[in-house]
Amino acid sequence: MSDTHAQTVPFVRDTMLPAAPPPDRQAGAVRWLRENLFSGPVNTVLTILGALIVWFLFVTFWDWFAHSVWNASSLSECREIIAATWGEGARGACFAVIRERWNQYIFGFYPPDLYWRPTMTFGLLMVALAPVLFGASLLIRRVVLAVTAVVTLGAMIVLGVPAGWLAFTALVLGFGLYASERNIAWLLPFSVIYPLLGVWFLWGGTLWGPIFVLVAPVLGWLAWRLLAGRAPMLGAVAAGVVTVLFWLFLAGDAASDAQGLIPLAIEPVRSDRFGGFLLSLTIGVAGIALSLPLGIVLALARQSDMFLIKSLAVIFIEFIRGVPLIALLFVASLLLNYFLPPGTSFDIILRVIIMVTIFAAAYMAEVIRGGLAALPKGQYEAADALGLDYWKAQRLIVLPQALKISIPGIVSTFIGMFKDTTLVTFVGLYDPLKSMSDAVRANIAWKGIYWEPFIFVGAIFFLICFGMSRYSMYLERRLQRDHR
Amino acid sequence: MTEQSPRHRMTISDEVAIDIRNMNKWYGSFHVLRDIDLTVHKGERIVIAGPSGSGKSTLIRCINRLEEHQSGHIVVDGVELTSDIKNIDKVRSEVGMVFQHFNLFPHLTVLENCTLAPIWVRNVPRRQAEATARRFLEKVKIPEQADKYPGQLSGGQQQRVAIARSLCMQPKIMLFDEPTSALDPEMIKEVLDTMIELAEEGMTMICVTHEMGFAQAVANRVIFMDQGQIVEQNAPREFFNSPQSERTKLFLSQILGH
Repeated sequence: MSDTHAQTVPFVRDTMLPAAPPPDRQAGAVRWLRENLFSGPVNTVLTILGALIVWFLFVTFWDWFAHSVWNASSLSECREIIAATWGEGARGACFAVIRERWNQYIFGFYPPDLYWRPTMTFGLLMVALAPVLFGASLLIRRVVLAVTAVVTLGAMIVLGVPAGWLAFTALVLGFGLYASERNIAWLLPFSVIYPLLGVWFLWGGTLWGPIFVLVAPVLGWLAWRLLAGRAPMLGAVAAGVVTVLFWLFLAGDAASDAQGLIPLAIEPVRSDRFGGFLLSLTIGVAGIALSLPLGIVLALARQSDMFLIKSLAVIFIEFIRGVPLIALLFVASLLLNYFLPPGTSFDIILRVIIMVTIFAAAYMAEVIRGGLAALPKGQYEAADALGLDYWKAQRLIVLPQALKISIPGIVSTFIGMFKDTTLVTFVGLYDPLKSMSDAVRANIAWKGIYWEPFIFVGAIFFLICFGMSRYSMYLERRLQRDHR
Repeated sequence: MTEQSPRHRMTISDEVAIDIRNMNKWYGSFHVLRDIDLTVHKGERIVIAGPSGSGKSTLIRCINRLEEHQSGHIVVDGVELTSDIKNIDKVRSEVGMVFQHFNLFPHLTVLENCTLAPIWVRNVPRRQAEATARRFLEKVKIPEQADKYPGQLSGGQQQRVAIARSLCMQPKIMLFDEPTSALDPEMIKEVLDTMIELAEEGMTMICVTHEMGFAQAVANRVIFMDQGQIVEQNAPREFFNSPQSERTKLFLSQILGH
């Protein structure tokens, strides 16, 4: 065909024209404005209306912000300063309350000479999270860890930390930065033991407590190893039973005995001293870390072929979702003790964490079930056809994809749960929004101050939640594989 | 398709690879497979043809128990398929399967797709699994795509990766469930060529396909199914030239008529 063509046609193109450049994008501010804000009469009217509303809000609140007072020792002094500076009847915010009481909003009634301990705990949290959250990006890791190191160490010095602990923190942060440059996986063992270290740093007491808490799952794992070969289900149950029994009946005594032999203790801090963002973050971080795995297990259980497991999961999820969180918190504060063996005294924060966790996990389970349902059946079949057993198929094929699909929902659940930590006010804990502000107002100097604490607390909540939201978007982008 | 049939190079042994006896399957009250008897010897290349809904796919999906049969016996490589999960996993690791829609794992690279099962099912060391995977990717002629994700490949390339993924488990039997039905016409050939090459190496293969050219070139036996039954089976020459049953004749006239 081509031969005849070449002979009969006098001209055959043997080189192609160079590709033409695409037309100019015709970008520019004017064009953007015309397209987005003034594209038609309706759009123009709406734009002008919107601008007027924004202007009105700005004018209304600007004075209040502009006249704010940061240096005063009481609300009445604030008002005097505003009246003296801006004239009688002028409005102004009195952020002096934040300046004077910021420590209570952050730390609650934690002993002031121990403020460095929550600070250290938070700084080291970032090191523990680095391999989990930022394992893929050296740049983000570098920035996060460097900022954390500077802020944490600086804050600890200002708050008055013993030299030994400062050195310890600097060492861990330094190792975090080093590992981040060399091999981030080196930090994983630290991530694993961090929860127990964190608990110890915050509540203090003997280090043997966390150590024996850690011993229980090791014993459980041994029980599983012994039985798994013959009966995997029985092994899993035995592991759970051994772990829980050890925690309930042996860990406490063993810890105090060991403390008697080798004392390893720092000053204990009782749970009722916790408050403000320290409390919110403790409950929030613990709840987030625990509710995700529990939610995954519940979602898988609900998809299970086994009737009993499936029914239990359905009942649990529907019951927990059908009950208000506040009701669960009351159960935590009042009723939970009745169900536990007599004599076990269960810390109130721990009880609240458990309730918040199962509450979030029930929602999480449904979000993840959505992700599981979105996976094509072919993925399960391909995993089966290759001979992967159930757990390997779930871990390697199903969950990585289902969780990726569920990221927006999972993070929404996290954000909702973190904001819900303010509800602990109903069981007498000092959340930053309600109880802490009430406590501040209980002082006659700050009686009647409402807006400023709310704005301050709201702004911090917003920053944290917005951060989570941005992280989820980053994660979605990073895990995108379909190149659409 | 190759000009000269390479069938002389393919030897069939007396050893039985798959033995299906009196097998029945129902979906609810719908009788999908009726009294299936089928013996496949090592090295056989079998093509299963038939109208849609005739139970072809269901039959081969029973062989690695993606579908459960309700009566009769299926023995694969000496292991009988029962509800015993250990036997099922054993059979599945010996039987490779290629799907109509490829079913590659989109969150893993091509290389990871190929090494996953050897590493996690056969406990092959990663380095060795990767070497094997690269060898098979070479064989299906896409070694340069190893580090891409399935979403970046064309349909034909994806199906060849799926074949390589199955081969990495060094299976004794390969099942193909309409491997070219979801492909654009110009990609069908590259997949069929890969399958022909595989057949020439003596792989025991069962293919559900509408590619009758492939059946003529490669198969040593063509099975025609209709309404859940094996209606007719014969060597390809006889099958295409002198079909026995009316149903087969009608089917062949319809698919070869155009």
